[in-house]
Amino acid sequence: MSSAARAYLGRRYALSASHRLHSEALTAEENEAAYGKCNNPHGHGHNYVVEVLVGGGVDAETGMVIGLAWLDAVVKERIVARFDHHNLNCDAAFAAQVPTTENLCRAVFALLRDELPAGQLEGVRVEETENNFFEFFGASLPAGGR
Amino acid sequence: MIFLTRRATFSSSHYYWNAAWSAEKNEQVFGRCANRHGHGHNYTLEVTVGGEPDPVTGFVVDLKWLKDVMEREVVARYDHRHLNLEVEEFAAGKMIPTTENIAIAAWRRLEPAVNAAGGAQLSRIRVYETAEIFAEYRGGQ
Repeated sequence: MSSAARAYLGRRYALSASHRLHSEALTAEENEAAYGKCNNPHGHGHNYVVEVLVGGGVDAETGMVIGLAWLDAVVKERIVARFDHHNLNCDAAFAAQVPTTENLCRAVFALLRDELPAGQLEGVRVEETENNFFEFFGASLPAGGR
Repeated sequence: MIFLTRRATFSSSHYYWNAAWSAEKNEQVFGRCANRHGHGHNYTLEVTVGGEPDPVTGFVVDLKWLKDVMEREVVARYDHRHLNLEVEEFAAGKMIPTTENIAIAAWRRLEPAVNAAGGAQLSRIRVYETAEIFAEYRGGQ
C-alpha cells in the first residue's frame, strides 16, 4: 500500500571503465578537433559515479519508496557488472554511438527503466569526474526502446 | 525562476520497525536497520527554494534567514536526538524514520515557514543519509 506522496530515493554506484571518443563519421582532424585528448587511440579511463533516482509513493508499511537491497541487486547486475572494469567502446550499447558520458547516461537509463516498476525510474546522473556530470530524465527515450 | 540551495547537517540515531509486524518480518524487511538499539548517521539536509531575484538585493531569499529557518524547524529538533524516541513526528511509531519520511517531515516543517515569508517557494528537499544514499521530496499530496 502506497500513500499518494511521491518521493525520490537516490543511490550512487561507482564503476571504473575506459573509453575513447571517436566518430567514424568524422575525419581524423575533425575527431581531434571535437574530442581533443579524449580521441587518444589507446583510450583512457574514469572512475564514474552512476546516480540512480527512483520515484514513487512512500509505502505506508515500510516508509520506503523502494527496497534498497533489491535496487542494489538490479543495478549491480545490469549496470555495474556490465561496465565496471570494461572498455565502453567494446560494449554493444556503443556499437553505433560514441561512448560519451551523455550516451552512457542514456544507455544506463534505457537498461534500468524496464527493470524497475513502471514509471519509477525518474532519472540517471553519471559523474565522469568530480567536475562534470550528465543527467537524463528519459523524456526523449522512445517507449520500449533499448 | 532561480533555484537556490542551502545545506545543513545533523546527526541522529534511529531504527526501522513496524509494530504491526512480527519481529521476524521486521528483520526480514529492514535487516540490520531493525536493530532495536538503533544506529546513527550524519545526515545532510539540502533545501532548494525557487523564486525571482529581488530587484534591489538580487537575492531569491536571504541565505542567513534560510539558514536560521532550517536550524529552527529541523536541525534543532533532530540533531543529536533519537528520531524514534525524541522527535514528535516519528515518536510512538507514528512514522518510521526512513530517509524518505525524514525528507517528507522536513518538507512539512519548512514549507509553511518558507512560503509565508513571500518571494520564494520551497521547491525540493533532499536528505542524505550517507554520501551514497539520499531521499528527495518535492511536495504534493
